[in-house]
Amino acid sequence: MIKRKLMLGNEAIALGLMENGCTMATSYPGTPASEILASFAALQKEESMPRHVQWAVNEKVAFEIAYAGSMSGLRTAVSMKQVGLNVASDSLMSAAYLGVTGGFVVISADDPGPHSSQTEQDSRLMAMMAKIPVLDPDSPMQAREMVATAFELSETFEIPVMLRPTTRVCHARQDIQPGNIQWHPREIDFQKDPARWAATPKFRFHLHQALEKKLDAIASYPKTAPVRLNVGADASKAVIVSGVAAGHAKEIMKDLNLWDRIPMYQVLQPFPLHGDFVSHMIDTYDEILVVEETTGIIEMQLADRHRIKGKLTRSVPRVGELLPETVEKIISEFAGVDPVEIDGASDPGVRPTLCAGCPHRAAFFAIKKAAPKGIYPSDIGCYTLGLNLGAVDTVLCMGAAVSQAAGFYHAFKNEKKPPDIVATIGDSTFFHAGVPALIDAVVQKVSFVLVILDNRTTAMTGNQPTPAVGMGAVGESLNSVEIEALVEGCGVKFCRVEDPYNLNEFISLLKDAVKYSREHGPAVVISRHPCLIDRLRKEKPAHQPVKVEVSDECDGCGFCVDHFECPALVLNEAADQVDIDPILCNGCGVCICVCPKNSIKEKGKDHSENTK
Amino acid sequence: MIGSMKQQIVISGVGGQGVLFVTRLLAEAAIMRGFSVFTSETHGMAQRGGTVLSHLKVGNFSSPLIRPANADGLLALKAGGLSQHGFYLKPDAWAAVNRREAVVQDSESPVFAVDADGLAQRIHQPKSVNLILLGFTVGVVSKALENRLFCSFEDLKAVLEKQLAGKKKMLGDAITALETGFNEFERLNLG
Ligand code: SF4
Ligand code: SF4
Repeated sequence: MIKRKLMLGNEAIALGLMENGCTMATSYPGTPASEILASFAALQKEESMPRHVQWAVNEKVAFEIAYAGSMSGLRTAVSMKQVGLNVASDSLMSAAYLGVTGGFVVISADDPGPHSSQTEQDSRLMAMMAKIPVLDPDSPMQAREMVATAFELSETFEIPVMLRPTTRVCHARQDIQPGNIQWHPREIDFQKDPARWAATPKFRFHLHQALEKKLDAIASYPKTAPVRLNVGADASKAVIVSGVAAGHAKEIMKDLNLWDRIPMYQVLQPFPLHGDFVSHMIDTYDEILVVEETTGIIEMQLADRHRIKGKLTRSVPRVGELLPETVEKIISEFAGVDPVEIDGASDPGVRPTLCAGCPHRAAFFAIKKAAPKGIYPSDIGCYTLGLNLGAVDTVLCMGAAVSQAAGFYHAFKNEKKPPDIVATIGDSTFFHAGVPALIDAVVQKVSFVLVILDNRTTAMTGNQPTPAVGMGAVGESLNSVEIEALVEGCGVKFCRVEDPYNLNEFISLLKDAVKYSREHGPAVVISRHPCLIDRLRKEKPAHQPVKVEVSDECDGCGFCVDHFECPALVLNEAADQVDIDPILCNGCGVCICVCPKNSIKEKGKDHSENTK
Repeated sequence: MIGSMKQQIVISGVGGQGVLFVTRLLAEAAIMRGFSVFTSETHGMAQRGGTVLSHLKVGNFSSPLIRPANADGLLALKAGGLSQHGFYLKPDAWAAVNRREAVVQDSESPVFAVDADGLAQRIHQPKSVNLILLGFTVGVVSKALENRLFCSFEDLKAVLEKQLAGKKKMLGDAITALETGFNEFERLNLG
């Protein structure tokens, strides 16, 4: 017997894809989904079979690449986080009509909480809107099994199938029996059929009819039917659970001694809900509690409203993650047992911050110097944490920094003294959704400075390569697209590159850019310095760490702590001085230029040198 | 024995301290012992220096999360972790905390403290606070609390040897850190 292996939910999903003959996997990174493709790539590295594994420039592109693979008869998958599915939704809605040839699985990871997302949206609602089936795993183990089911379902009905794990599945670990990955070669065959693959509106009507027929059949597909968990129990009340809430509820029902009393059902396929199941529930029980995340999808498909308790009746919270303590309370109330009241955390804990020595921090500090009264639209990435520095005013969604900057410009342009606008966007985010917005800004002569925070990676999600890196998901070498060329190609006439570690030069460049933008429209400054924790980086860093020390001139004014907030700078109130934490300090040396009193210096250097 | 094993442990700290690594080591040790294991971790934005929390459940469980007042033990890599995440502990649970001040021991719910930051400096491995606290935890729980932990010091050592196979220097350092914490219990003479 092969030994059980500790596996992250996302690794288990990747294993499921491999075991079931997935030969094309694409993705754009996003928490909590990122490790799915990374794990698939790691498995691919161990073999040499001709699979295609790629980080795409965004979710829409990722979706369409994998979809074309399926149209050619291959088993393919695309993975992303829930808000990424918004970006790919255009393709999803249409692909549902056209259907698939090879099995096609769309993995959209939800984030109830939210822990690391802009919204708590429920991807199952997207499946419902697109009219495709969705599977809702409760654990890494079940997620792996559901991949097999998803491919089967997809091929049986020629339809894209969604797998919807949540953070607690993706980022849970379980001991899992490793599988036997076999290579099942398939014949590649794209059958030309313009009436289908390029259907005009008239044919779309017929495709829509066909889709509805598929859904009816899927709603009685035996393999995805709801499961009765505790066969003996018999009562006039029943509980329906799905996803991670099912995992919580199983433990809780046992702990509350309800396991033998109240019947419990687990829904595996929340949409379309099995018709027989709906009839059975309504015919059998007077009261039914539904516990699911995050929207009441199962609940809204159960016809008899009077018997259902759930989100719509506010018996289950509509907002936030369903923590096991919450599920315990809901089930206790439903079963008429005294709920246990427990005080949770009152201490909010430590807020996240940019790493000590992160190049973004220097860039933000410089932006505030160059445009002190500016408006600062920003975007999604580590640099969202520029919030702590007061250099991030808005964060909407991927790429919005550029278009929001334009919006602010148009809103204020008739004012006597419109504010300067300095937007920040990461390199990966710029490629993902910033480019069309920049083209628009050039055409509209928008006066603003765009600072592209180019740290040569997608840092927040675990350092996936960007199109500028020239490296693929499995580490293979690829072509690269340079940001400068892209910016110039968009029609921007002012495009300069500087390392923000050279703080004074960077500030004066930004000032030039601001001045330019007031008269001539968009100016772009590329703030280039590699992310400190980028594991992909093999070459030695060009920057030599600077040993910094605080001299006696420091009077503990706290300017550097408040305005630069490097975690390695710690105000020692007792000594009226700032201390440098030697464990955290990464030796960027930027604080030397930040201290207004020149009391942070390079160790062992003649101090007069640093005073400009 | 295997069938009846059920232990729930909370591990807390801040991003960059290696909470996930400690969680993994314990989970691997559980598998080595033949137990099932279920963990839940913090990823993403919070990992940038924010509060990081892991749940570890050894035995047969279906939920990845621990409910308040259900944990058997807590490892706090930051002193504040005890007040912040203490609500997870059962009334008679143990806690091992990294903090400068000496031990507060209450016989009902024992709390053991070790200056893991200081020890890490002493052994010239500033980033080994996590392993020092882990070693210390195994030390106290096995010696002062009649083996209340599902795994032993030797188990953890074996897991490290497997995980860091081929990385001689890293393995040596990791074992030094684990031992430093383990032996600290005796030095403090808490028995
Ligand atoms: S991971 Fe990289 S980009 Fe993110 S905060 Fe740290 S240094 Fe900055
Ligand atoms: S040199 Fe200064 S700013 Fe840079 S990491 Fe060290 S303390 Fe922080």
